[in-house]
Amino acid sequence: MKRASRPLAIYALAAYLFLHLPLLILAAFSFNESRFTVWQGFSFRWYTAAWHDSQLIEAAINSLIVAVCATAISTVIGTLCAYGLWKRRSPVLSGSLYLSLVTPEIVTGVSLLAFYQWIFRFLNVQLGMHTVILAHVSFSIAYVVIVVMARLRTVDGALEEAALDLGANEWEAFRYVTLPAVLPAVAAAALLAFTVSFDDYVITSMVAGVDSETLPMVVYAIARRGVNPVVNAISALLVLGFGVLILISERLRTT
Amino acid sequence: MESVLELRDISKHYPTHRAVNGVTLNIARGEFFSLLGPSGCGKTTTLRLIAGFEEPTSGEIRLNGAAIQHLKPYERNVSTVFQNYALFPHLTVQQNIEFGLRRKGENEIGRRVREVLELVQLGGKEARRPTEISGGERQRVALARSLVLAPDVLLLDEPLSALDPNLRKQVRAELKNIQRRVGITFLFVTHDQEEALSLSDRLGVMHAGILEQVGTPEEVYLRPSTRFVASFLGAVNWINDVGVRPEVTRVTKLAPDRHVRSHPATVLHSTFLGNCVHIETRLDDGQLAVAEVSRAEASFAPGERVHLWWQPADELSFK
Amino acid sequence: MKRLRAWFLAPSWTVMLSLFLFPMLIILAYSLLTRGTYGGISLPWSVESYQRFADPIYLGILWRSFWIAGASTVISLLLGFPLALFISRAGKWKNLYLSLVILPFWTSFLVRTYAWMFLLRDTGLVNSTLQKMGIIHDPLPLLYNDGAVILGLVYGYLPFMVLPLFGTLEKLDRNLLEAAADLGARPWATLLRVVLPLSAPGIRAGVILVFIPCLGAYLTPDLLGGGKSVMIGNLIQNQFTTARDWPFGSAISLALMAIVMPLLIAFVRRDEEGLL
Repeated sequence: MKRASRPLAIYALAAYLFLHLPLLILAAFSFNESRFTVWQGFSFRWYTAAWHDSQLIEAAINSLIVAVCATAISTVIGTLCAYGLWKRRSPVLSGSLYLSLVTPEIVTGVSLLAFYQWIFRFLNVQLGMHTVILAHVSFSIAYVVIVVMARLRTVDGALEEAALDLGANEWEAFRYVTLPAVLPAVAAAALLAFTVSFDDYVITSMVAGVDSETLPMVVYAIARRGVNPVVNAISALLVLGFGVLILISERLRTT
Repeated sequence: MESVLELRDISKHYPTHRAVNGVTLNIARGEFFSLLGPSGCGKTTTLRLIAGFEEPTSGEIRLNGAAIQHLKPYERNVSTVFQNYALFPHLTVQQNIEFGLRRKGENEIGRRVREVLELVQLGGKEARRPTEISGGERQRVALARSLVLAPDVLLLDEPLSALDPNLRKQVRAELKNIQRRVGITFLFVTHDQEEALSLSDRLGVMHAGILEQVGTPEEVYLRPSTRFVASFLGAVNWINDVGVRPEVTRVTKLAPDRHVRSHPATVLHSTFLGNCVHIETRLDDGQLAVAEVSRAEASFAPGERVHLWWQPADELSFK
Repeated sequence: MKRLRAWFLAPSWTVMLSLFLFPMLIILAYSLLTRGTYGGISLPWSVESYQRFADPIYLGILWRSFWIAGASTVISLLLGFPLALFISRAGKWKNLYLSLVILPFWTSFLVRTYAWMFLLRDTGLVNSTLQKMGIIHDPLPLLYNDGAVILGLVYGYLPFMVLPLFGTLEKLDRNLLEAAADLGARPWATLLRVVLPLSAPGIRAGVILVFIPCLGAYLTPDLLGGGKSVMIGNLIQNQFTTARDWPFGSAISLALMAIVMPLLIAFVRRDEEGLL
């Protein structure tokens, strides 16, 4: 087979424009002086407006807290899980992780809401940051497990035997040999979990309380009413931030 | 002789097959012992049972007189040199060698690492990573990493097989030399009979999970106890149910005298091998036999009628 | 060794059991209860919520969801296949081209959906450009219809189609393609008779991976369909919020899971490498 033919290359260019152009246009117009889709000059006006919007800032801080906590917990649990599944398969656990990945978000959201409401009959708690964090942990573990597992598959099982042979106990063999070998993938998984958590709207909106509105929830509420230049600015920031995180994650994953 | 390691009727059975079947073996302190056999014969499984990576289905493993078969790998004072060395890729040579000492909380780590590095001639490579040194050097790091712990028995799982053939003979000599100097018991697993014969004080030949014979290289080569051992250790001509090695098989045109055993044959062809010549013949009953003779004796034409003969003492016979 | 591994699995077991499997069981229980007077749930047990599926309104929503998800999947396949083919033959640029597909996928889904609102609305870039060029006089109704929803879903899940397709196309034996060309097959014939059948596993995986999230979509129909294009996801959300009919919402959720599960099992069975 020859190299990619010319029509195919032209098609691919069009496909890449389709994938990237909408975001680039949105980002470009976030610097537009006018609130309408007519270019009237470069301006940071909408960024300033976003910065001075206390509701947005508060929501962004909430998102950050949720994402950091959920990432920390799910990275630890997911890494341990991947290690546990590495040699000893557990079809039920793997199956539920898979399922958690493909379950429609709205179903995950309502089932968690129903679960929390049921639990609250016995405990004096309400929906809030903690319920959001737990929900995020439950859906981001699978991402962590997949990324870490992919790296574990490339690790020579004899390394751990060598560690045991040289006097390391099971924990030390994990801590000093296997974990260092998969650490870049763990970092990549954490970045991935962070973006997934930071971006979630559907599940979060079902389990958030009055004091735990996240940035996607505020953005969604505004966007539902129509296009808003402040949302354009936030979108551009999110695209940039996520892009950087994902590029770093990809780099870590493949080294 | 004092035994450092004893295997008492150990077996390892898997759902589908029996990897090791009733192996009993005593290894003396300071001995260089080889387990020899084809792949899948159970020799590596035996090694893994001793190291503690697998638990035997039945039987007892004793180290210095104490049963160890239920102990974890890190609770046994044995150490393994892995086939592909299993060096820790994220650690330097120095850190690889220190690893075991640190886990065991030993003293004088610096001095002991220096000594072992000198022993395996790796001075100056301390700061390198395993990917930055040659295959032969990696093998020596693996060796040093285990030797530094002064194990009661050092287990070596085909440690030469990952090396290229030119290097193998040289490393073989170094290995023997190091073993003599440190005096540690070596249990060496290999499928290469030349390695086993040249390195070992004693060796055991395994086949299908069973230890078929144990003895010195001379005993095992010259007086194999089974047909399998005889043919695994070298070529054998099977003449009237009697085994004769090619190097003691002689060829003459005239019938030899009555003091030797002989058999008529027809020459098929000769193969020149430099230091000797292989005469391939067909016996009258249809079997093939090879005689390894010196160049001077090797003037036979294909189709020529000859007599093969040998000394009765050179016959391999089995109970 | 075994004991340590069991301990390592304990936290994930706990999370998956308590925050995923158990909530599903609760939904199952709720779906078999009756709606309370002020919302919530109450006894007696009943299968009434499931019987309500027969209502033409809900059958219509179900049908619409299947139609939209199916159309989005087919379009993704048609758009994704040539792109995957291109990437698989891109030689040393392969990884870069692949990253360019993955990158927008990990960018905020919400922002990517919003970007289409920005482009498609009446005063959006598409309409204003067309008007300026004098091609149209009044803005076209590009947003808030099924077409916009399908566009949003294709845009959102195209990478899910491209990745598995690329996986199989990359493994395709080049010798086989050369052999086909050698035997006189023209490029199109090679594509139809050799490449397409051999990439069936990738097509199957891609179709499943795109169809599942499209069928359960909530965000895209809500933002780009503008409430006109109600899909199963919106119906569920509505039952748990405005309508406050939890038993019915639970029953629909389970019905959706009943469609998703066999598709997932079909995917996992075919997935030789195994992600987990």
